Amino acid sequence: MRAFGKEFLKGLIITNPVFVLVLGLCPLLAISTSVDNALGMSLAVFIVLLGSNAIIAAIRRFVPNVVRIPIFIVVIATMVTIVNLTFHANFPDLYESLGIYLPLVVVNCIVLGRAEAFASKNPIVHSIADALGMSVGFMLALLMISSIRQTLGTGSLSVFGFHFFTLPVLGKHPIAIFILPYGAFLVIALLMVIFRRTGVMKQ
Amino acid sequence: MNELIAIFLGLVLINNFLLVRFLGLCSFFGVSTKLSNAVSMGVAVTFVMALASVVTWIIRHYILIPFNIEYMNIIVYILVIASLVQIVELFIKRTNLALYNAFGIYLPLITVNCAVLGVTLINATEDYSFLGSVAAALGGGLGYTLIMAMMSGIREKLEMANTPKTMKGIPIAFIIAMLLGLAFVGFVGMI
Repeated sequence: MRAFGKEFLKGLIITNPVFVLVLGLCPLLAISTSVDNALGMSLAVFIVLLGSNAIIAAIRRFVPNVVRIPIFIVVIATMVTIVNLTFHANFPDLYESLGIYLPLVVVNCIVLGRAEAFASKNPIVHSIADALGMSVGFMLALLMISSIRQTLGTGSLSVFGFHFFTLPVLGKHPIAIFILPYGAFLVIALLMVIFRRTGVMKQ
Repeated sequence: MNELIAIFLGLVLINNFLLVRFLGLCSFFGVSTKLSNAVSMGVAVTFVMALASVVTWIIRHYILIPFNIEYMNIIVYILVIASLVQIVELFIKRTNLALYNAFGIYLPLITVNCAVLGVTLINATEDYSFLGSVAAALGGGLGYTLIMAMMSGIREKLEMANTPKTMKGIPIAFIIAMLLGLAFVGFVGMI
Protein backbone atom coordinates (compact mmCIF):
# COMPACT_ATOMS: atom_id res chain seq x y z
CA MET A 1 0.00 0.00 0.00
CA ARG A 2 2.85 2.36 0.79
CA ALA A 3 4.47 1.61 -2.55
CA PHE A 4 1.11 2.30 -4.21
CA GLY A 5 0.96 5.74 -2.57
CA LYS A 6 4.56 6.49 -3.47
CA GLU A 7 4.07 5.67 -7.16
CA PHE A 8 0.88 7.72 -7.19
CA LEU A 9 2.32 10.86 -5.59
CA LYS A 10 5.45 10.75 -7.76
CA GLY A 11 3.44 11.62 -10.87
CA LEU A 12 1.75 14.62 -9.27
CA ILE A 13 4.73 16.86 -8.58
CA ILE A 14 8.23 15.36 -8.61
CA THR A 15 7.96 13.90 -12.09
CA ASN A 16 4.92 15.79 -13.29
CA PRO A 17 4.55 14.65 -16.90
CA VAL A 18 3.97 18.13 -18.23
CA PHE A 19 6.12 20.58 -16.32
CA VAL A 20 9.06 18.31 -15.45
CA LEU A 21 9.19 15.57 -18.09
CA VAL A 22 7.80 17.90 -20.82
CA LEU A 23 5.78 15.08 -22.39
CA GLY A 24 2.44 14.98 -24.15
CA LEU A 25 2.59 18.56 -25.36
CA CYS A 26 0.55 18.21 -28.55
CA PRO A 27 -2.87 17.61 -26.96
CA LEU A 28 -1.96 19.78 -24.01
CA LEU A 29 -1.41 22.93 -26.02
CA ALA A 30 -3.98 22.29 -28.72
CA ILE A 31 -7.07 21.67 -26.61
CA SER A 32 -6.35 23.84 -23.55
CA THR A 33 -8.53 26.66 -24.92
CA SER A 34 -11.43 25.75 -22.63
CA VAL A 35 -11.84 23.86 -19.37
CA ASP A 36 -14.49 21.59 -20.94
CA ASN A 37 -12.01 20.33 -23.53
CA ALA A 38 -9.31 19.98 -20.89
CA LEU A 39 -11.53 17.75 -18.75
CA GLY A 40 -12.52 15.66 -21.76
CA MET A 41 -8.91 15.14 -22.81
CA SER A 42 -7.86 14.30 -19.24
CA LEU A 43 -10.60 11.68 -19.07
CA ALA A 44 -9.44 10.16 -22.36
CA VAL A 45 -5.79 10.08 -21.30
CA PHE A 46 -6.79 8.66 -17.91
CA ILE A 47 -8.72 5.74 -19.41
CA VAL A 48 -6.09 4.97 -22.04
CA LEU A 49 -3.16 5.20 -19.63
CA LEU A 50 -4.87 3.08 -16.98
CA GLY A 51 -5.90 0.40 -19.49
CA SER A 52 -2.59 0.25 -21.35
CA ASN A 53 -0.45 0.28 -18.20
CA ALA A 54 -2.53 -2.52 -16.62
CA ILE A 55 -2.55 -4.68 -19.77
CA ILE A 56 1.14 -4.18 -20.51
CA ALA A 57 2.13 -4.94 -16.92
CA ALA A 58 0.02 -8.10 -17.10
CA ILE A 59 1.56 -9.37 -20.36
CA ARG A 60 5.10 -8.11 -19.75
CA ARG A 61 6.54 -11.62 -19.16
CA PHE A 62 5.22 -13.00 -22.48
CA VAL A 63 6.34 -10.13 -24.72
CA PRO A 64 9.58 -10.78 -26.63
CA ASN A 65 11.96 -7.89 -26.09
CA VAL A 66 12.58 -7.27 -29.80
CA VAL A 67 8.97 -6.59 -30.77
CA ARG A 68 7.84 -4.97 -27.54
CA ILE A 69 7.29 -1.46 -28.97
CA PRO A 70 4.90 -2.58 -31.77
CA ILE A 71 2.97 -4.69 -29.25
CA PHE A 72 2.70 -1.76 -26.83
CA ILE A 73 1.51 0.49 -29.64
CA VAL A 74 -1.18 -1.99 -30.67
CA VAL A 75 -2.41 -2.25 -27.06
CA ILE A 76 -2.51 1.55 -26.79
CA ALA A 77 -4.19 1.96 -30.19
CA THR A 78 -6.88 -0.51 -29.15
CA MET A 79 -7.56 1.44 -25.94
CA VAL A 80 -7.69 4.69 -27.92
CA THR A 81 -10.13 3.21 -30.43
CA ILE A 82 -12.40 2.13 -27.56
CA VAL A 83 -12.27 5.62 -26.01
CA ASN A 84 -12.76 7.26 -29.41
CA LEU A 85 -15.90 5.25 -30.18
CA THR A 86 -17.26 5.73 -26.63
CA PHE A 87 -16.82 9.49 -26.81
CA HIS A 88 -18.37 9.59 -30.27
CA ALA A 89 -21.45 7.76 -29.00
CA ASN A 90 -21.89 9.44 -25.61
CA PHE A 91 -20.37 12.94 -25.81
CA PRO A 92 -20.76 14.07 -29.45
CA ASP A 93 -20.04 17.76 -28.67
CA LEU A 94 -16.82 16.94 -26.85
CA TYR A 95 -15.85 14.53 -29.64
CA GLU A 96 -16.31 17.32 -32.21
CA SER A 97 -14.24 19.87 -30.31
CA LEU A 98 -11.39 17.44 -29.52
CA GLY A 99 -11.19 16.58 -33.24
CA ILE A 100 -8.06 14.76 -34.35
CA TYR A 101 -6.42 15.24 -30.96
CA LEU A 102 -8.48 12.39 -29.49
CA PRO A 103 -7.09 9.71 -31.85
CA LEU A 104 -3.67 11.33 -31.44
CA VAL A 105 -3.56 10.09 -27.84
CA VAL A 106 -2.04 6.97 -29.48
CA VAL A 107 1.21 8.82 -30.03
CA ASN A 108 1.02 10.79 -26.80
CA CYS A 109 4.50 10.45 -25.36
CA ILE A 110 3.12 10.07 -21.83
CA VAL A 111 1.25 6.87 -22.65
CA LEU A 112 4.02 5.11 -24.60
CA GLY A 113 6.64 6.56 -22.29
CA ARG A 114 5.01 5.09 -19.17
CA ALA A 115 4.45 1.77 -20.94
CA GLU A 116 8.12 1.53 -21.89
CA ALA A 117 9.69 3.08 -18.78
CA PHE A 118 7.41 1.70 -16.09
CA ALA A 119 4.69 -0.81 -16.93
CA SER A 120 7.00 -3.13 -18.87
CA LYS A 121 9.16 -3.59 -15.76
CA ASN A 122 6.77 -3.44 -12.81
CA PRO A 123 3.85 -5.47 -11.37
CA ILE A 124 0.24 -4.58 -12.19
CA VAL A 125 -0.64 -2.78 -8.94
CA HIS A 126 2.37 -0.46 -9.16
CA SER A 127 1.67 0.22 -12.82
CA ILE A 128 -1.92 1.17 -12.03
CA ALA A 129 -0.69 3.54 -9.30
CA ASP A 130 1.78 5.03 -11.76
CA ALA A 131 -0.98 5.49 -14.36
CA LEU A 132 -3.26 7.15 -11.78
CA GLY A 133 -0.53 9.53 -10.61
CA MET A 134 0.56 10.45 -14.12
CA SER A 135 -2.96 11.09 -15.37
CA VAL A 136 -3.88 13.17 -12.33
CA GLY A 137 -0.64 15.13 -12.80
CA PHE A 138 -1.54 15.62 -16.47
CA MET A 139 -5.07 16.71 -15.52
CA LEU A 140 -3.82 19.25 -12.97
CA ALA A 141 -1.46 20.82 -15.50
CA LEU A 142 -4.15 20.83 -18.18
CA LEU A 143 -6.72 22.41 -15.82
CA MET A 144 -4.24 25.09 -14.77
CA ILE A 145 -3.35 26.05 -18.32
CA SER A 146 -6.89 25.87 -19.69
CA SER A 147 -8.46 27.90 -16.86
CA ILE A 148 -5.86 30.65 -17.31
CA ARG A 149 -6.34 30.67 -21.07
CA GLN A 150 -10.12 30.63 -20.90
CA THR A 151 -10.31 33.31 -18.20
CA LEU A 152 -7.95 35.76 -19.90
CA GLY A 153 -8.87 34.87 -23.46
CA THR A 154 -12.65 35.11 -23.14
CA GLY A 155 -12.96 37.21 -19.97
CA SER A 156 -15.12 34.67 -18.13
CA LEU A 157 -14.92 31.15 -16.76
CA SER A 158 -17.67 28.58 -17.22
CA VAL A 159 -17.47 24.79 -17.09
CA PHE A 160 -20.08 22.61 -18.87
CA GLY A 161 -22.58 25.47 -18.92
CA PHE A 162 -22.07 26.35 -15.25
CA HIS A 163 -20.97 29.99 -15.12
CA PHE A 164 -18.36 30.91 -12.47
CA PHE A 165 -17.49 34.57 -12.99
CA THR A 166 -16.94 37.29 -15.57
CA LEU A 167 -13.98 39.61 -15.18
CA PRO A 168 -14.86 43.35 -15.01
CA VAL A 169 -12.91 44.84 -17.92
CA LEU A 170 -11.77 41.72 -19.75
CA GLY A 171 -15.38 40.53 -20.05
CA LYS A 172 -15.91 43.13 -22.75
CA HIS A 173 -12.38 43.29 -24.12
CA PRO A 174 -10.74 39.88 -23.72
CA ILE A 175 -7.03 39.40 -24.47
CA ALA A 176 -7.52 37.35 -27.59
CA ILE A 177 -3.91 36.12 -27.81
CA PHE A 178 -4.51 33.72 -24.91
CA ILE A 179 -7.17 31.84 -26.84
CA LEU A 180 -5.06 31.77 -30.02
CA PRO A 181 -2.52 28.95 -30.45
CA TYR A 182 0.44 31.21 -29.58
CA GLY A 183 -1.02 32.02 -26.16
CA ALA A 184 -0.57 28.38 -25.18
CA PHE A 185 3.21 28.64 -25.52
CA LEU A 186 3.24 31.82 -23.42
CA VAL A 187 1.09 30.40 -20.61
CA ILE A 188 3.05 27.15 -20.28
CA ALA A 189 6.40 28.99 -20.36
CA LEU A 190 5.32 31.41 -17.64
CA LEU A 191 3.91 28.61 -15.46
CA MET A 192 7.18 26.69 -15.81
CA VAL A 193 9.18 29.76 -14.79
CA ILE A 194 6.96 30.30 -11.76
CA PHE A 195 7.36 26.67 -10.68
CA ARG A 196 11.12 26.81 -11.03
CA ARG A 197 11.38 30.19 -9.32
CA THR A 198 9.38 29.07 -6.30
CA GLY A 199 11.28 25.78 -6.19
CA VAL A 200 8.17 23.58 -6.43
CA MET A 201 9.67 21.66 -9.32
CA LYS A 202 13.29 21.10 -10.21
CA GLN A 203 14.43 21.07 -13.79
CA MET B 1 -4.16 22.51 -59.38
CA ASN B 2 -5.12 25.65 -57.43
CA GLU B 3 -6.59 23.47 -54.73
CA LEU B 4 -3.32 21.54 -54.38
CA ILE B 5 -1.30 24.75 -54.06
CA ALA B 6 -3.76 26.03 -51.48
CA ILE B 7 -3.41 22.86 -49.39
CA PHE B 8 0.38 22.91 -49.70
CA LEU B 9 0.98 26.58 -48.88
CA GLY B 10 -1.74 26.58 -46.24
CA LEU B 11 0.07 23.88 -44.29
CA VAL B 12 3.52 25.44 -44.75
CA LEU B 13 2.69 28.99 -43.75
CA ILE B 14 -0.74 29.30 -42.13
CA ASN B 15 -1.78 26.09 -40.42
CA ASN B 16 1.80 25.17 -39.62
CA PHE B 17 2.01 21.76 -37.96
CA LEU B 18 4.28 22.91 -35.16
CA LEU B 19 3.10 26.43 -34.40
CA VAL B 20 -0.64 26.28 -35.00
CA ARG B 21 -1.71 22.64 -34.90
CA PHE B 22 0.83 21.64 -32.25
CA LEU B 23 1.76 18.35 -33.91
CA GLY B 24 5.20 16.92 -33.30
CA LEU B 25 6.11 19.19 -30.42
CA CYS B 26 7.99 16.52 -28.44
CA SER B 27 10.61 16.18 -31.14
CA PHE B 28 10.49 19.94 -31.73
CA PHE B 29 11.85 20.83 -28.30
CA GLY B 30 14.02 17.73 -28.03
CA VAL B 31 15.85 17.87 -31.36
CA SER B 32 15.95 21.57 -32.22
CA THR B 33 19.18 22.28 -30.35
CA LYS B 34 21.51 21.92 -33.37
CA LEU B 35 20.82 23.05 -36.92
CA SER B 36 22.15 19.90 -38.64
CA ASN B 37 20.13 17.56 -36.40
CA ALA B 38 16.99 19.63 -36.88
CA VAL B 39 17.26 19.54 -40.66
CA SER B 40 17.92 15.76 -40.79
CA MET B 41 14.93 15.19 -38.54
CA GLY B 42 12.79 17.43 -40.73
CA VAL B 43 13.79 15.61 -43.93
CA ALA B 44 13.20 12.20 -42.35
CA VAL B 45 9.76 13.26 -41.07
CA THR B 46 8.76 14.71 -44.44
CA PHE B 47 9.80 11.52 -46.22
CA VAL B 48 7.89 9.22 -43.87
CA MET B 49 4.86 11.56 -43.96
CA ALA B 50 4.71 11.42 -47.76
CA LEU B 51 5.05 7.61 -47.80
CA ALA B 52 2.51 7.18 -45.02
CA SER B 53 0.01 9.47 -46.77
CA VAL B 54 0.24 7.47 -49.98
CA VAL B 55 -0.07 4.07 -48.27
CA THR B 56 -2.87 5.08 -45.89
CA TRP B 57 -4.81 6.71 -48.74
CA ILE B 58 -4.68 3.47 -50.71
CA ILE B 59 -5.64 1.37 -47.68
CA ARG B 60 -8.46 3.74 -46.73
CA HIS B 61 -10.04 3.85 -50.18
CA TYR B 62 -9.54 0.21 -51.19
CA ILE B 63 -9.86 -1.67 -47.88
CA LEU B 64 -11.36 0.37 -45.04
CA ILE B 65 -14.21 2.09 -46.92
CA PRO B 66 -15.32 -0.89 -49.11
CA PHE B 67 -15.43 -3.22 -46.09
CA ASN B 68 -17.03 -0.53 -43.92
CA ILE B 69 -14.43 -0.81 -41.16
CA GLU B 70 -13.36 2.83 -41.00
CA TYR B 71 -13.50 2.76 -37.20
CA MET B 72 -10.34 0.63 -37.30
CA ASN B 73 -8.39 3.52 -38.83
CA ILE B 74 -6.33 4.45 -35.74
CA ILE B 75 -4.89 0.95 -35.33
CA VAL B 76 -4.31 0.47 -39.06
CA TYR B 77 -2.61 3.85 -39.53
CA ILE B 78 -0.26 3.47 -36.58
CA LEU B 79 0.73 -0.02 -37.77
CA VAL B 80 1.38 1.30 -41.28
CA ILE B 81 3.54 4.10 -39.92
CA ALA B 82 5.48 1.79 -37.60
CA SER B 83 6.22 -0.69 -40.38
CA LEU B 84 7.10 2.07 -42.88
CA VAL B 85 9.62 3.49 -40.43
CA GLN B 86 11.16 0.03 -40.01
CA ILE B 87 11.39 -0.48 -43.79
CA VAL B 88 12.88 2.96 -44.38
CA GLU B 89 15.39 2.34 -41.60
CA LEU B 90 16.47 -1.01 -43.07
CA PHE B 91 16.60 0.41 -46.60
CA ILE B 92 18.78 3.39 -45.63
CA LYS B 93 21.03 1.13 -43.55
CA ARG B 94 21.67 -1.12 -46.57
CA THR B 95 22.05 1.58 -49.21
CA ASN B 96 23.59 4.62 -47.53
CA LEU B 97 25.40 4.06 -44.27
CA ALA B 98 26.50 7.70 -43.93
CA LEU B 99 22.91 8.90 -44.12
CA TYR B 100 21.87 6.19 -41.67
CA ASN B 101 24.43 7.40 -39.17
CA ALA B 102 23.33 10.99 -39.72
CA PHE B 103 19.72 10.10 -38.86
CA GLY B 104 20.83 8.02 -35.90
CA ILE B 105 18.23 7.76 -33.17
CA TYR B 106 15.73 10.07 -34.88
CA LEU B 107 14.45 7.59 -37.43
CA PRO B 108 12.85 5.11 -34.97
CA LEU B 109 11.43 8.04 -33.01
CA ILE B 110 9.36 9.13 -36.02
CA THR B 111 6.87 6.33 -35.29
CA VAL B 112 5.63 8.23 -32.26
CA ASN B 113 5.80 11.65 -33.88
CA CYS B 114 2.31 13.16 -33.73
CA ALA B 115 2.89 14.96 -37.03
CA VAL B 116 3.00 11.74 -39.08
CA LEU B 117 -0.14 10.19 -37.59
CA GLY B 118 -1.64 13.69 -37.61
CA VAL B 119 -1.28 14.15 -41.35
CA THR B 120 -2.86 10.77 -42.11
CA LEU B 121 -5.80 11.58 -39.82
CA ILE B 122 -6.19 15.04 -41.37
CA ASN B 123 -6.23 13.46 -44.84
CA ALA B 124 -8.99 11.13 -43.65
CA THR B 125 -11.14 13.77 -41.92
CA GLU B 126 -10.78 16.36 -44.71
CA ASP B 127 -11.29 13.60 -47.30
CA TYR B 128 -8.51 14.87 -49.57
CA SER B 129 -8.01 13.33 -53.02
CA PHE B 130 -4.89 11.24 -53.67
CA LEU B 131 -2.83 14.20 -54.91
CA GLY B 132 -4.36 16.36 -52.19
CA SER B 133 -3.07 14.07 -49.47
CA VAL B 134 0.40 14.01 -51.04
CA ALA B 135 0.34 17.83 -51.16
CA ALA B 136 -0.77 17.92 -47.52
CA ALA B 137 2.06 15.60 -46.49
CA LEU B 138 4.69 17.57 -48.39
CA GLY B 139 3.35 20.90 -47.12
CA GLY B 140 3.15 19.71 -43.57
CA GLY B 141 6.64 18.23 -43.79
CA LEU B 142 8.16 21.33 -45.35
CA GLY B 143 6.51 23.57 -42.74
CA TYR B 144 7.84 21.29 -40.01
CA THR B 145 11.39 21.36 -41.45
CA LEU B 146 11.25 25.14 -41.89
CA ILE B 147 10.27 25.83 -38.29
CA MET B 148 12.72 23.22 -36.96
CA ALA B 149 15.56 24.89 -38.87
CA MET B 150 14.59 28.40 -37.74
CA MET B 151 14.15 27.31 -34.15
CA SER B 152 17.48 25.47 -33.99
CA GLY B 153 19.30 28.44 -35.51
CA ILE B 154 17.85 30.70 -32.83
CA ARG B 155 18.59 28.22 -30.07
CA GLU B 156 22.23 27.84 -31.13
CA LYS B 157 22.66 31.59 -30.65
CA LEU B 158 20.64 31.45 -27.45
CA GLU B 159 23.21 29.18 -25.83
CA MET B 160 25.54 32.17 -25.82
CA ALA B 161 22.94 34.66 -24.60
CA ASN B 162 22.55 35.67 -20.99
CA THR B 163 19.09 34.24 -20.21
CA PRO B 164 17.72 34.34 -16.64
CA LYS B 165 18.44 31.09 -14.82
CA THR B 166 14.79 30.12 -14.42
CA MET B 167 14.13 30.70 -18.12
CA LYS B 168 17.02 28.56 -19.43
CA GLY B 169 16.24 25.60 -21.65
CA ILE B 170 12.60 24.76 -22.27
CA PRO B 171 10.79 27.92 -21.03
CA ILE B 172 12.72 30.29 -23.27
CA ALA B 173 12.20 27.86 -26.16
CA PHE B 174 8.44 28.13 -25.58
CA ILE B 175 8.62 31.94 -25.61
CA ILE B 176 10.54 31.83 -28.90
CA ALA B 177 7.99 29.43 -30.37
CA MET B 178 5.30 31.95 -29.41
CA LEU B 179 7.14 34.80 -31.12
CA LEU B 180 7.70 32.68 -34.25
CA GLY B 181 4.00 31.86 -34.24
CA LEU B 182 3.09 35.54 -33.96
CA ALA B 183 5.39 36.33 -36.87
CA PHE B 184 3.64 33.69 -38.98
CA VAL B 185 0.25 35.34 -38.30
CA GLY B 186 1.36 37.77 -40.98
CA PHE B 187 0.69 35.08 -43.61
CA VAL B 188 -2.97 34.63 -42.61
CA GLY B 189 -5.24 35.88 -45.38
CA MET B 190 -2.58 35.36 -48.03
CA ILE B 191 -4.57 32.47 -49.54
